[in-house]
Amino acid sequence: MDPDTTLRVDGVTHHLDLDPRASLLDTLRQRLGVMSPKKGCDHGQCGACTVLVDGRRVLACLSLAVAQDGHEITTADGLSEDGADHPVHRAFVEEDALQCGYCTPGQVCSAVGALDEFARGWPSAVTTDVAADPELDDAEIAERMSGNLCRCGAYKGIRAAVADAHREVSR
Amino acid sequence: MRPFAYQAPDDTGAAVRSVAERPDAVFLGGGTNLVDHLRLGVVSPGLLVDVTALTSTEITEVGGGLRVGAGVPNSELAADARVRSRYPVLAQALLSGASGQLRNMATTGGNPLQRTRCMYFQDVSTPCNKREPGSGCSAIGGSTRNHAVLGTSEHCIATHPSDMAVAMAALDAQVLVLGPDGERTIPFTELHRLPGDTPERDTVLEHGELITAIDLPELPMARRSRYRKVRDRASYAFALVSVAAALDVDGGVVREARIAFGGVAHAPWRARRAEEALRGATVSDESFAAAAAAELTDARPQPGVDGGNEFKIALLTRTLVATLRDLAREEA
Ligand SMILES: Cc1cc2nc3c(=O)[nH]c(=O)nc-3n(C[C@H](O)[C@H](O)[C@H](O)COP(=O)(O)OP(=O)(O)OC[C@H]3O[C@@H](n4cnc5c(N)ncnc54)[C@H](O)[C@@H]3O)c2cc1C
Ligand code: SF4
Ligand code: FES
Ligand code: FES
Repeated sequence: MDPDTTLRVDGVTHHLDLDPRASLLDTLRQRLGVMSPKKGCDHGQCGACTVLVDGRRVLACLSLAVAQDGHEITTADGLSEDGADHPVHRAFVEEDALQCGYCTPGQVCSAVGALDEFARGWPSAVTTDVAADPELDDAEIAERMSGNLCRCGAYKGIRAAVADAHREVSR
Repeated sequence: MRPFAYQAPDDTGAAVRSVAERPDAVFLGGGTNLVDHLRLGVVSPGLLVDVTALTSTEITEVGGGLRVGAGVPNSELAADARVRSRYPVLAQALLSGASGQLRNMATTGGNPLQRTRCMYFQDVSTPCNKREPGSGCSAIGGSTRNHAVLGTSEHCIATHPSDMAVAMAALDAQVLVLGPDGERTIPFTELHRLPGDTPERDTVLEHGELITAIDLPELPMARRSRYRKVRDRASYAFALVSVAAALDVDGGVVREARIAFGGVAHAPWRARRAEEALRGATVSDESFAAAAAAELTDARPQPGVDGGNEFKIALLTRTLVATLRDLAREEA
């Protein structure tokens, strides 16, 4: 009865028969063995489950998998190309932007999404003049990354990593 | 979680028929509120009808204003260059809500229909008249820090949590609705209800009515408008109180003001008494505070185990004064 769902995850196509109740997060982890998105809260409050859907950052815990039919899902794993780390991956390592690492895959996907939003000229809640193009300073980075909590408090390194990655990708 | 069926029909008419036919069917937007509530057991529908791909994801010019399709994500509405220059209060309200990820998911149609964040409403082990009519209100005499001071009833003191809705109320937006009996347009300020003795109904929408778009009317004075939100954390938190305002000043005198409050009532609260008090008043902190007082004469703060919410009166007054002061400075 349930419609067949096609999910493209990190470049691989999967045809799945899904219970409509299944979240994208549980489907990735339990059905497909894609373990980089983490379950921190399952209620949209922590960002550990952040993935990119068609390039936009979203929360996999509040997404129903059946509603993602035909969409392109990228996790922190899938950001690597030909085995090479993504600039955001490298920046997280260089800036020591983690302790336990639990929040890290979500932080990485969120950073990739946030930098893309910034490149499109999107303002944030701390942009003084919303009508003008924003500058990516530390306060802007903190605000744009506020949907990702880190229980280890690695925020200083995370903000530095996002700033580094921004310099590298906008070079 | 109770099993449910999922449908993604081809057009809005089919979606409306599907929901109208079944009392236990609901529309699914970005899912950021509905999926959470399915998991918490707050709602247990038998059918979800996905409308994200059906309603328009476009923002178009209509008669000097803008028509925002119900499928437009909150993030894209806030990023639209026309919204940012013509209705900055709306861009700021959207950007102050939730997180980047959630704003990418949340839709223009779903945002105003998100349910209250009253902690008892979300905890199915506690009585709540909104979730289970007649069971009682756990908030009254409980924790009231996040609850209403205006328009409450003895049955419910919940607040409406949306930031976007506060800006829409100040801007006199219009809600375009498609129902089983055809189309209708509802002024945004009349969409949400006060709780009265039927707190289970958040809005005037009937079962099966779908929001297809929201119109922002032409409003030149909104070019100078602001949203100011006060909350327990600097980001990623709901409002304790918030103010959406637009101000038209001429030679130190207020010609016209548009004001709405968030975090203080069951609906985004259009502050018409404050607007009236400001018309013709000189620009000063005293007249701004007097406008707040005019709006808050009927306010009824709640005692509570957490110290209650009387603080909202002073906080809202200061927030309104600060917002209008900033706007008046922009004019100068
Ligand atoms: C951790 C967290 C923090 C948040 N912080 C904030 C905040 O600070 N400020 C704020 O304003 N919001 C905040 N939100 C709430 C968020 O903005 C809403 O959940 C979101 O806007 C709802 O939109 P949606 O499209 O996801 O709706 P859904 O969850 O899909 O639906 C919500 C309701 O609307 C109905 N519905 C959906 N679309 C339509 C339609 N077109 N016509 C008729 N009915 C429809 C559904 O049946 C459902 O009842 C937060 C959410 C979370 C999880
Ligand atoms: S305030 Fe309203 S939503 Fe909260 S417990 Fe009381 S009836 Fe329920
Ligand atoms: S697990 Fe999705 S936001 Fe916490
Ligand atoms: S590194 Fe441990 S939660 Fe962030």
